[in-house]
Amino acid sequence: MPQTITQKILAKACGKRQVKPGDQIEIKLDLTMTNDVNAPLAIEAFEKSGSKSVFDADKVLFVMDHFSPAKDVDSAEQIKLSRNFAKKYDLTYFFDVGQMGIEHVLLPEKGFVKPGDCITGGDSHACTYGALGAFSTGIGSTDFAYGMATGKFKLKVPETIKVELTGKPKKWVSGKDVILYLIGKIGVKGALDQAIEFSGPGIRNLGIDDRFTIANMVVEAGAVNGIFPVDEVTKDYLEGKVKEKYQVFEPDKDAHYRKTIKINLGLLEPQVAFPSLPENTKPISKIKQRIRIDQVVLCSCTNARLSDLRVAASILKGKEVAKGIRFIVVPATQMIYKQAIKEGLIDVFIDAGCAVSTPTCGPCAGLYMGVLASKEVCLSTGSRNFVGRMGHTQAKIYLSSPAVAAASGVKGYISRP
Amino acid sequence: MILKGKVFKYPDNVDTDQIIPTPYLNIFVPSLLAPHAMEGIDETFAQKVQPGDIIMAGENFGCGSSREHAPLSIKANGVGCVVAKSFARIFFRNAINIDLPILECPEAVDDTKAGDELKVNLKTRTIENVRTKKTYKARSFPEYIQEIINAGGLMSYLKKEAKHG
Repeated sequence: MPQTITQKILAKACGKRQVKPGDQIEIKLDLTMTNDVNAPLAIEAFEKSGSKSVFDADKVLFVMDHFSPAKDVDSAEQIKLSRNFAKKYDLTYFFDVGQMGIEHVLLPEKGFVKPGDCITGGDSHACTYGALGAFSTGIGSTDFAYGMATGKFKLKVPETIKVELTGKPKKWVSGKDVILYLIGKIGVKGALDQAIEFSGPGIRNLGIDDRFTIANMVVEAGAVNGIFPVDEVTKDYLEGKVKEKYQVFEPDKDAHYRKTIKINLGLLEPQVAFPSLPENTKPISKIKQRIRIDQVVLCSCTNARLSDLRVAASILKGKEVAKGIRFIVVPATQMIYKQAIKEGLIDVFIDAGCAVSTPTCGPCAGLYMGVLASKEVCLSTGSRNFVGRMGHTQAKIYLSSPAVAAASGVKGYISRP
Repeated sequence: MILKGKVFKYPDNVDTDQIIPTPYLNIFVPSLLAPHAMEGIDETFAQKVQPGDIIMAGENFGCGSSREHAPLSIKANGVGCVVAKSFARIFFRNAINIDLPILECPEAVDDTKAGDELKVNLKTRTIENVRTKKTYKARSFPEYIQEIINAGGLMSYLKKEAKHG
């Protein structure tokens, strides 16, 4: 039977020649990871289960990124619990303040993700790694505890939706606009329990950071995972990061897809998601009203990579953030932060009146570093605009690309670059 | 086991930020999470809910983040069961893993009003609306999910697995 990329990787990981949608399988994990928010419940479950050791101390990874550096005493206690667990079980990789970055940006950057891998993450945005041709999906704390103990994960093989990309994005159109457009088209449950496979000649016109952003948000359409084929762009990115050999999977020609969605990248314009679901998207030309904002946040595992900072800085250079607007920039990792300093991007941000923070998930999830008051309006480059996501339940959140975020910060209302 | 409880009804796409807002993610003790369950969509839920009561919701319940604090905060209030038209994948897994009973039954959700009393048989997955006297059969689960339910959650399942090698 012909197979999709997801089926091929899952078949390999459960030791079968092939799998079909609906098959109930148990896969071997190449890596499982979590963060400071989800670790404590997992640690508790793990210890209560009587497990004595983790399946492989090199393959269980913790990143303290959500409310780290600790935002208060309770979060400090949770982080301490994770730290102690990592010591007790002798985990090889524990990313704490000073080394840590936003998990789904950090792990690929450090070479922990390679094509063909099977990865689970105790964080819903673990699907980001699909950009590099890995099968990767988000899980909760107890599934993570099970993964730590056994190195395994049980699942039902998903059906695959094919998203065929053609054309070349115009200036100011990025991966964020592609995924917001897709979610707007299929809705927040449009890919519920399914895999999304990206394909088509348009992919070569998307840089690796665009692909990370796209794969990152497939969960906002309910997908199990989102996966890109491996090409020269992927291989260039992996060069020097991944030392081990890896296997590249391609879909069979007549693989079965639940449906095919075609997107011509050349026809897309910047998209904005309106409150309070990522599916409430509009192309920027259709926004007729002037939407005033109180805060802009350039942050998160969705959009705080180097190319995101570069595009925002190119718009902010020599300009100032509009009066009364708070503009917060959170580079996703220490390496990105350092490179941004080197390239003068941080100077641009500070000169424009932005606040720049050490890496953290904080503002995107309303944890700290930019929590919203009632009735405030925020434009975020993050992934979610749910009610109460970034603070008060009466705050309103819009989502966009870094380019739209930067242009809007200068104008004081949502605006095209 | 037959459950009997009053229905708290919610719409489609209730996300985990609504079920347990992020300011409470620095807590992981169930009894401390309980007073904040559903706070993002229904501030009075935790005060009103009685042990055995039932949450009913539309499609894609529990979408968004993977925080297990969401089903845990519901369970910690003694909620007997969550019935939805469909669940977001990670919430579904989390609920099964921590032994919070859940059922998928679109017809029952369509016909039920907030405040209705339901009788739910988790074993047969039948739901009876006491007001309308109508009964419904919820969808069955894949075998591996049913095995986790039967074990009483994923960690009990793991213990069993370890015992039997």
